[in-house]
This record gives sequence, structure tokens and C-alpha cells, in this order.
Amino acid sequence: MTGNRTSHWWTAWGLLILVWALFPLLWMVSLSFKDPNTFRSSTPKFFPEKWVWTNYKTVFSDSLFTSALRNSVGIALIATLLSVIVAMFAAYAIARLDFPGKKLLLSMALAIAMFPQAALVGPLFNMWRNLGIYDTWIGLIIPYLTFALPLSIWTMSAFFRQIPWEMEQAAQVDGATAWQAFRKVIVPLAAPGVFTTTILTFFFCWNEFLLAISLTSTDRARTVPAALSFFTGASQFQSPVTAIMAASVVVTIPVVILVLVFQRRIVAGLTAGAVKG
Amino acid sequence: MAAISMQNIVKQYSDGFLAVNDVSLEVGDGEFVILVGPSGCGKSTLLRMIVGLEDITSGDMLIDGTRVNEKAPRDRNLAMVFQNYALYPHLNVFENIAFPLRLKHTPASEVKARVEEAADVLELTEHLERKPANLSGGQRQRVAMGRAIIRQADAFLFDEPLSNLDAKLRGQMRTEISRMQRRLGITTVYVTHDQTEAMTLGDRIAVLRKGLLQQVGTPHDLYDSPANLFVAGFIGSPPMNFIPGRARDGAIETPFGDIPATTDRLKGSAGRELVILGMRPQHFEDASVLDASTRARGQTFTATVDVTEWLGDQLYAYVPYDAPEDVTQQLKELQRELDSEQMRTQLVIALSAESRIKDGTVTELWFDSAQAHIFDPATGENLTRYSSTQPEPAGPSSTPSDQLVSPDGHASTEQPES
Repeated sequence: MTGNRTSHWWTAWGLLILVWALFPLLWMVSLSFKDPNTFRSSTPKFFPEKWVWTNYKTVFSDSLFTSALRNSVGIALIATLLSVIVAMFAAYAIARLDFPGKKLLLSMALAIAMFPQAALVGPLFNMWRNLGIYDTWIGLIIPYLTFALPLSIWTMSAFFRQIPWEMEQAAQVDGATAWQAFRKVIVPLAAPGVFTTTILTFFFCWNEFLLAISLTSTDRARTVPAALSFFTGASQFQSPVTAIMAASVVVTIPVVILVLVFQRRIVAGLTAGAVKG
Repeated sequence: MAAISMQNIVKQYSDGFLAVNDVSLEVGDGEFVILVGPSGCGKSTLLRMIVGLEDITSGDMLIDGTRVNEKAPRDRNLAMVFQNYALYPHLNVFENIAFPLRLKHTPASEVKARVEEAADVLELTEHLERKPANLSGGQRQRVAMGRAIIRQADAFLFDEPLSNLDAKLRGQMRTEISRMQRRLGITTVYVTHDQTEAMTLGDRIAVLRKGLLQQVGTPHDLYDSPANLFVAGFIGSPPMNFIPGRARDGAIETPFGDIPATTDRLKGSAGRELVILGMRPQHFEDASVLDASTRARGQTFTATVDVTEWLGDQLYAYVPYDAPEDVTQQLKELQRELDSEQMRTQLVIALSAESRIKDGTVTELWFDSAQAHIFDPATGENLTRYSSTQPEPAGPSSTPSDQLVSPDGHASTEQPES
């Protein structure tokens, strides 16, 4: 009986937390479907009285948003891909090889992760302008890589370390080169780690605001989080809130899809059965 | 098929620890050689040096006459079964076995044929689609062997392959490995810490202790004429009893009475004060169940039997005794090395099952003094002189090309001329 009661408590707790976390999201969705002219009614309601698509039409007809969306997708994908590839090799080296300066490398990586981004924005702004990469894709990809790499390396080296050495040695004895052993044994086994890192990095690049707004000035490289702050209503008398909410919903969708797709790949215990005990 | 030759192999770690110290060993083509010793004796390191997973500090490793010290594991064409099997968890049984062939880009039809053949031999046919995680310990073990035999490798290397299995399965797999090796006739090096596995599987056994090769020989050699105290204590179950003795006037004084040392076998004790007498538990008997002629062949003594253990086919009796302090210390040290720690000095003796000895009774016991061994307590060296007419039992297929063991059974650990 006690066991049953405890599990009820857990369910209640879970529901509470779920409501707590989902409420802002629901509100966002609800707002995005409200009429931009009348959403501030004297008798506010949580759900719209009349569901309209106007906001979405506004958003997608606005070149500010569409170009930002294109930039966001491009920059986030490239930065994530590069970061994961670089981090994978770096993490493997850290987990498996002994080389001088390994400790230094790891602590440096951690130090970079701890460095406040706000302190870098000013110098970067000047440097990027002098280098001529201000307001370009590459100008955002480079700092994103810098800030995403340390965490990626740490996460992935933890995953690599969990893979028994014997796996790789067995592969070598079976006739694999170091590269074959890495590709055919280590990477598939570390797949959960690789996917986790990929998702985390993508989220970071996708959601980043500070650098995005400081290092861009036009549609050339401005990403969605930065573009959202430039939204105005259809006229200066119209509040842009509902349109911003519609845009937010649009940029949240890829993140949700990504999690749902990769959720299955992040299977705990993939290495179960590799070695006994 | 290949012969493996190890010449003065040394493995020294960066902290100066000598894991393997000047080991020379020849493994003949098609021979089954066991590396045995307590944990930390360097046997696994030696195996890993053969396969190439561990660098060789000095010495030469030759496979079929070619020096392979600098060759990568994949270029040595050896197959290895790891202690924890090291199966690839993301591949099913078929792909696990096929892995070495896939690396060589073998045509799919040939892969299929060969995997199915191996699976048939190992009775894995109905499990080919399963993942290692869903297999039992014995099945995983067989998959690991399948991955080894599919290679058509020059030699098999086993690193304690049975230590993760339960006792019953271990016995079955032991026979299985033995049968497979005989049928394929492939050179095999097998590492174990279990003396039963060593005795039953090997054509020849190499005993290692603290990185030093102690003795190489057939199971019979090791059992009947151990090179030193260590080998004597390691081989045989229950282990050999070591009794302190004092050599005096052509006899050896022991806590169980004097033993005449006039026979050729025990003459080595002459001129020494302390010796250690080695007696196998099986060479003792309850005096009451023996006929007169057998009794006359050995020595009888009376002792208090402390505890008895009846196993059905045998009866183990424990006989505590007091021994001089200095020898006891040496024996204790030896026991610690052999991974057993006895609280007291005692004899463990195996009697025939019809013996009716009860716990705590004073009984007349007999032992076959013709089977006694004597050892130097300081060096552990075997002083027994084995007669040359001793029946030389031939191993099943043991034709070692040249054993690096001197005729008296001592492993050659001295530096060769270079």
C-alpha cells in the first residue's frame, strides 16, 4: 500500500512540474493564434476566442524573419557539425592517448567555458570589423565553435572513457587499423554521447542571443533570436507581441523535432553485453 | 599455423616495475601451451606482448621465424579471446563473428558461408541474429571463439577465457576448447591462474612467478618433478604439503618421525641442516585400510586429525603440527604468493573414502616416503634426485622443438651468450 501511495505522490509531483514547465509554452502558442488587434481585451482569456493564422502570415511575409530563419539554420547546423567533428577527435585523444599537456588542455577548455561571453563581445566587435567578418556567417560560427567545443569535449570524453579498452584492442587484433577501430567500434558505441553532444551544441547555437545581436547588423547574418527583437507590428499602433509569439513558435518547432528524433538514439546502456559484469 | 618463439622477453613499466623478466619460451607449431601463475605474475602481460597490445622492452618475439616486435597487432595475424570476451555490443552475433572478414572486405557470399560454418561448429546457428547483450555467458564465450576461429589465424591466444563462467560451464567449455584445438591443430597460448585448467588443457605448461619463468614442462613433469617450492605448491589440488625437516645421519627428522634419506631420491638432503619435505596429500593414507606389504613400503606415524571433510570419493583430513619458527615464516610467505593463507601449519591429506577417521581422534597414518620431495628452505630449489628410470609419460601431441629447460627441470633464467 505504501508503495502505491508513494508512486501517486510521484505522479502528482511530476504533473506539477510539467504544468510549471509547459505553462509559458502554452501561453506562447495561445498568444500566437490570437488576433493582433484585439488580444488585449478587457476580459483576458487564456485561449483565443477566435483562432487566426494572421500572425504566422505576417511573420513569414516579413523578410526580416525569413532571412533570419535561413541564417539561424545555416549557422547552427555548420557550427554544430564542425564542433561535433572536432570535439569527437579531441575527446578520443583525451580519453585514450597519453600525451604531454593533456591536463593543461582540459583545464584550458574548462576555463574557456567559464569565461563570461559579455566580456568578449566588445573586443570581438572591434576585431571582427577589422578582419572584415563582422555581420557574416563565419563571424558567428567562430565564436559559437569556441564556446561549444569545451563542453562537447568534456561530455564526449566522458562517454569515450566508458567504452572498455578491450573493445578497441579486440578490433585491432581482429585486423582493424586505428581509424577502422575508431569508426566501426568506438563511434557506434559512443553514439549516445555523440547525439547528446550534438543536440546540446545545436541548442546553444540556435538559442544564442548576445553574440548574435552584437556581431550582426543586417539580414546577412542576423539569426532568429536577434531578429525577434527587431519585430514591429503591422503599424506602429499595433503591438508586435502576437507576431513575436508566432515567430517563437516557429523557432521552437525544430528544437522539439530534434529532441523527438534523437530521443530514441540516446538509449542508455547501449554498451550492455559488451563485456561481462 | 606458426611457431612462436620468445627470446629473453622483458617488460618494464615506466615506473621501473619489471612485469616480465627475461622470459624465453618456445611454442611449437600446433602446440597448446599454458601460461600459469598467481595474479600479477606477468602471464597476461606476456600474452599481450605476443599479440602486440603491449610493447616489448627488450628481447625478441618471433612468429614463424619473423621478428614481430614492431608489428602492429593487425599485422601479426593472431586471434585472441579476451577475458571479458570484448564482443561488439552494437553488432549481432553474425556481424560479431564476421567482423574480421568485413575488415578485409571479403565478398559477402564467402562471409556468409564461413560464419555459418563457424556458427555450426560452435552451435550458435539459432543465435546469429541476436545481440550479445541477450546471450548467456557461455554463448558469449562461444561468439568470442567464433570470432577467433573465422580468421584462419596463425595462432590462438586465450586470456583467462573461462574465469567469468560458473564452475559447471567452465568444465564444459574447457573440454570444448580442448576439442577445438585438437581438431584445428592450431598453435595456442592460453593464460590462466587456475592450475586445473592448466593441467587438463596444456601440452606443456609454463609457470611464471613475479615475471620470472619458473619451469616449463608437460603436466606430468610439473606434477612429478617440480623445479622448486613454488611450482610444487602451485600445481596439484589440494596443494602439496610442506613439512620442515632436519637432515641428520642419513635421515630427515620431521614432526611426524624420521624418514630415512638413504634412497637416491632423498640423498640431496645430505650435508644440509634444514630441508623442506614436500608431500602430496594423495600420498598419505589411513594406515588401517592398507595391507601389510604396502605399509612396509612407507612410513607410519600417529597424529591427531583435527577436521575431516568427506567428499564421497575421498576424505580430506587436516592434521595440525608445530614447526620451527624460521621455516614457518618462509612457508607463510610462499602461501601468500600462492593466494592462500593458512592460519596454522597443518597437513592436508587425502584418504580413501572407506577410511572411518573421525574429527579429533588420534589415528595411525601412513605415507609413501618414496614419493617425497625435498627442497632447500632458503632458495626453494628442489633437491630431490629423480631417477632416470621414472616413466616418462608422453603428452598427447607434445613434440616441443627445443625446450629451453635444462634437463634437471630448471628453467633457464640465466643470460645466454649474446
